[in-house]
Amino acid sequence: MIRLRNLHKSYAMGASKLHVLKGIDLEVGRGELVSVMGASGSGKSTLMNILGLLDRFDEGEYRLDGEDMSELSETRAAQLRSRHIGFVFQSFHLIPFKNAVENVALPLFYQGVPRRERNRRAAEILDKVGLADRAVHLPRELSGGQQQRVAIARSLVTSPKMLLADEPTGALDSGTSYEIMKVLQSVQGDGVSVIIITHEHDIAGMTDRIIHLVDGRVDWDRSNLRREPAGHEESEVAAAAAGS
Amino acid sequence: MIDLDTWQEILDTIRSNKLRTALTGFAVAWGIFMLVVLLGSGQGLAQGVEYQFRDDAMNSIWTSSGRTSKPYKGLQPGRQIRFVNDDYDEVTTRIEGVEYSSARFMVFGNQQVNYGREYGSFNIRSVHPGHRVLERTKVTEGRYINDLDIEQFRKVAVIGILVKQALFGEQPALGELIRINGIAFKVVGIFEDEGSEQEQELIYLPISTAQRTFNGKNRVNQILFTTGQATLEQSQAMAEEARQILAENHDFDPEDKGAVFVQNAVENFQRFVSLMQGIRIFIWVVGIGTLLAGVVGVSNIMLVAVKERTREIGIRKALGATPRSIVGLILAESVLITGFAGYLGLMAGVGVLAVVSGALPAESSFFRNPQVDLRVALWATVLLVVAGAIAGFFPARRAASVQPVVALRDE
Repeated sequence: MIRLRNLHKSYAMGASKLHVLKGIDLEVGRGELVSVMGASGSGKSTLMNILGLLDRFDEGEYRLDGEDMSELSETRAAQLRSRHIGFVFQSFHLIPFKNAVENVALPLFYQGVPRRERNRRAAEILDKVGLADRAVHLPRELSGGQQQRVAIARSLVTSPKMLLADEPTGALDSGTSYEIMKVLQSVQGDGVSVIIITHEHDIAGMTDRIIHLVDGRVDWDRSNLRREPAGHEESEVAAAAAGS
Repeated sequence: MIDLDTWQEILDTIRSNKLRTALTGFAVAWGIFMLVVLLGSGQGLAQGVEYQFRDDAMNSIWTSSGRTSKPYKGLQPGRQIRFVNDDYDEVTTRIEGVEYSSARFMVFGNQQVNYGREYGSFNIRSVHPGHRVLERTKVTEGRYINDLDIEQFRKVAVIGILVKQALFGEQPALGELIRINGIAFKVVGIFEDEGSEQEQELIYLPISTAQRTFNGKNRVNQILFTTGQATLEQSQAMAEEARQILAENHDFDPEDKGAVFVQNAVENFQRFVSLMQGIRIFIWVVGIGTLLAGVVGVSNIMLVAVKERTREIGIRKALGATPRSIVGLILAESVLITGFAGYLGLMAGVGVLAVVSGALPAESSFFRNPQVDLRVALWATVLLVVAGAIAGFFPARRAASVQPVVALRDE
């Protein structure tokens, strides 16, 4: 699904350059539930932006479903985002003047799906995340957890191959976080690759595989064989990661 | 690129930014309003001028005799020049390009005219048949003076509509005999004239009959003719030629402006036409300037709006919006706002012109019928759409070029 080879990215900071990603090698298969951890500044958000084609990389290779992602035109990138990638952000990024169902239906608009069909599918997926009764509420009328569930519904409405979640629980309390994680875990069952960026060990503990970034490089990358179902306060791996 | 759904999207965003939309629209509405009012006023001025010229043929040259003001060939200044029939014949045959022509013999003062017991006093004007075109006389009943009338010294008269009303009331007048200073003339025609009331209180007689009847011998007071399709230069040459012929015949200095007055309507009209053109150009420049200020205003506000919506645009991009669809969205929004607001401005402008037009006195001759024609309204609409597109273009390009990650980071 995703293959990265020696990926580099640096930002110009005035005269000097900030080297953020210093050669990332990574493969993520179809239907995997992966978390990416690391301290702030380790490059995990940059990595997600590049994976989601929201940003460009300088060097190396990125293949998405076999297609080379270097030299990508903005229009092609938009197409790929539209068809294959769903995003969930820490601050939800819902459009404030659209209600829940309109927000969820928006990605379908960019796929050219007719209005009626859009609204039907949006309502369906809202029901799946348990927000059928909130369909016509504006984002500001919803709680944080509800907003994030709307955002997840929006990311899933196009049936993407890959779901990228950048600190999806960062703005939520732990109880709500676990609910969100439950939703994300259930997505995996549909064959969607889910990549979650987080700095919370318990969240990472609920994924199949944890990738740890340090200073723009993969520090370690291991399977989490004893994945916890969402709702447990502690996980062994999380504790181990905390201790390492 | 722009289908019903896109419009729905645009309407959604407009609805969520009512104040901004209203302010944006106002700038454009004002611009178009000013343009329409200015153009309408220009039209009013132009029509006022045309109204002043409507009475007579616009390609005519009028010559009338005066007194010499310069000594010439031993002759003293101050001689009264009198044109005669031969002058008329020579001017109209020797000058090339004369289309319609007429001489006038004046029967000075109001003459007493009666039909039975109805009396009135009216002015007499004795003319050739060509006079009808020169004066733009509209014969509404019967006929005008013709060549046979002139040849046979017929005692016929063509009377103005006001004369007819005064003498005949509702009775038919054609074929009846009226008496002018006691001499009987047969009414052969009735006319109207768009000029003043005075022009309709006239009685036209054949010039030959009038000369004989009113003791005029072969005297002529004015010689007038139209110049057909002649250009300004050609008509000036024709006027000069007429002056030369008359100077030769009457022994006065051709440079003597007092001996003969030559009025070239083409010249006068041309002067007004170029003046009006100047005014029109000026009005367009001012109007478009105003509109341009509106466009810049819209562009400015759209830029701010795009900046304000950077994050939203970032979100849309993350959800799969192509740069084209972003450009389309901003551009369409801009065109919609300018188009709609401009339409309101157009309507307001037309409304103001209609009110002004209704309030103007009918006899006003400086400012008449201020209005914009359909073509101008159409142009204004085209201009608006273009203006909207221009106003939206720069903000749209900016919005489309922002990297999604940068846009999303914007708080």
